[in-house]
Amino acid sequence: MLIELKDVNKTYNNGQPLHVLKGINLSIDKGEFVSIMGASGSGKSTLLNILGILDNYDTGEYYIDGKLIKGLTEKQAASYRNSMIGFIFQSFNLIGFKTAVENVELPLFYQGVSRSKRHQMAMEFLDRLGLADWAGHYPNEMSGGQKQRVAIARALITNPKIILADEPTGALDSKTSEEVMQLLGRLNREDGVTIIVVTHESGVANCTDKIVHIKDGIIGRIEDNREHRSSMFGASTIMK
Amino acid sequence: MRIDLDSFREIADALVRNKSRSLLTGFGVFWGIFMLLFMMGGGQGLKNVIGANFEGFATNTAIMVSSQTTKPWKGYKEGRYWNLTLTDVERLKQMIPELETVTPVISSWGTTIVRDNNSFSGSYKGVYADYVNIEEPQLKYGRYINETDVMQERKVCVIGKRIYNNLFPEGGDPCGSMIKVGPVYYQVIGVDFSSGNMSISGQSSETVAVPLPVAQKILNRGVNIELLCVTARSGIRMSDLESRLRQVIARQHVFDPTDKQALFFINTEQMFSLVDNLFTGVNFLIWLVGLGTILAGVIGVSNIMMVTVKERTTEIGIRRAIGATPRDILSQIIMESISLTLVAGSFGIVFAVQLLRLLEKIVTASGENPGGFQIGFWTAIIAALLLTVLGVAAGLAPASRAMAIKPVDAMRDE
Repeated sequence: MLIELKDVNKTYNNGQPLHVLKGINLSIDKGEFVSIMGASGSGKSTLLNILGILDNYDTGEYYIDGKLIKGLTEKQAASYRNSMIGFIFQSFNLIGFKTAVENVELPLFYQGVSRSKRHQMAMEFLDRLGLADWAGHYPNEMSGGQKQRVAIARALITNPKIILADEPTGALDSKTSEEVMQLLGRLNREDGVTIIVVTHESGVANCTDKIVHIKDGIIGRIEDNREHRSSMFGASTIMK
Repeated sequence: MRIDLDSFREIADALVRNKSRSLLTGFGVFWGIFMLLFMMGGGQGLKNVIGANFEGFATNTAIMVSSQTTKPWKGYKEGRYWNLTLTDVERLKQMIPELETVTPVISSWGTTIVRDNNSFSGSYKGVYADYVNIEEPQLKYGRYINETDVMQERKVCVIGKRIYNNLFPEGGDPCGSMIKVGPVYYQVIGVDFSSGNMSISGQSSETVAVPLPVAQKILNRGVNIELLCVTARSGIRMSDLESRLRQVIARQHVFDPTDKQALFFINTEQMFSLVDNLFTGVNFLIWLVGLGTILAGVIGVSNIMMVTVKERTTEIGIRRAIGATPRDILSQIIMESISLTLVAGSFGIVFAVQLLRLLEKIVTASGENPGGFQIGFWTAIIAALLLTVLGVAAGLAPASRAMAIKPVDAMRDE
């Protein structure tokens, strides 16, 4: 198993203690394309933060590739994030004053890869995502779909074990959303990248092979969706 | 800190992105370092200019001049005139062995000095050979008056720089030429080029010095002398001897030893220490104002970095999410702070150096004042180091705030 969560609990202590995750057990294998679905307040963002080593948990165990992720120093966490996890965010989170290629290079910069090498790698990844011509453009000169593809290239460049996408289509229209999801699906099928998408849109979840439903901090149903029949984009949903 | 061309580009980008803000913030530091260095140079130069006035003057010297008495004493009324005499020289030597030199001066103002068609109005003084212990001549040509000149009452003279320039416009060694001072011809034996302004009876550059017995006879002074100059042996403070000197002179000339007006006593040691104290005070002010201004500038930098960090919370969060360690963030913020202070400060240093150069040019243009306005090379280096340290200090608080930003914060801050 690539990812293993064993009875993970998380409580926020901001004023009133809020028990967000109440014993999460989840296993995700290498090469899976999984979505985590839940309404807002269900704890899916917290789960994502823990999966992405952005936040720590109180009790339980979390393994990535057999490595226990617990009680890490900031430095260790940063280096694990850098080498094992690629993030795709809802609002793209590109750095506005850097060009597309510079944004893609950034994770390699923090790995200490040499300048020419990382530039060459970044160009390669942009090319794969069909953005080679846009390498020198700034984020505000690009469309939402292009920005998200730059973000995907940035997530992929360190060759991470897991890609974590937090509402990757949240800021995109339905057509672009579908394109992005198809791109993620292709990366999963062709390159065998393990992808976890957190979403509250069933259309997005339908593009994935496995849907994990989370409700009130507990994993509910785990749906096998290899047929992609759960719900189509735009069909039988309120949104999109 | 990753040593990478991109790190530096990023810093430059960050500073250039907010041009006017960087400029205004940098100005505080620029002005601070400029003020400090410029005032330091200016103060040093001023001290040199003032110090030049004392050039060639012994620091442990006192000069005594007789004056009207202001207190009645032993049956004499106040307001009596009296004169220092040549006998006072030997008396002081005998009575106060701490004195190294006791030498009298006879002088007269507004004497016409003539050679061929050139004339000059200067002052005239008769001295002994040991007068060099009081005011050291800088002889360009020839020698000073010696014992033999005094003993044989030779009609010889040492002339000052301006007299030389006026009477000998063609230049060259004037020794051996005859010049007429007042009614009498003298042979020039030396030229004194010292430029000090604190000379006794007229500036040395406008004075003709002759052997004292000659002046005594020509001016028909008898045993009376104008001034009595004394120096103390090394290690003895002139101010400690003052009251004893007054006692000895007062007993001889029968006036109240406590009558300060009757015997005018100028102590150069006090004057030197006055000037020294003055400049200690000036320097203190320079440092206070200069460092204060720099500090204000640096606090401005710190403040603006604080704002920058706040503005860039999301950016820093993203960087943290994709693998920047807290250390990476720390060094980025500190380097930005150092760059801002150092770049602004360097302009300040360069500006101060250029302005001091200009000032030095203007002040020394006449050739009469010494320069020495420019700050030293190492002062500039130390100033640059100081800026770096201050840059780090300014970056500390904002950097620690930046380090506290969690990657999750970036996502919340949407």
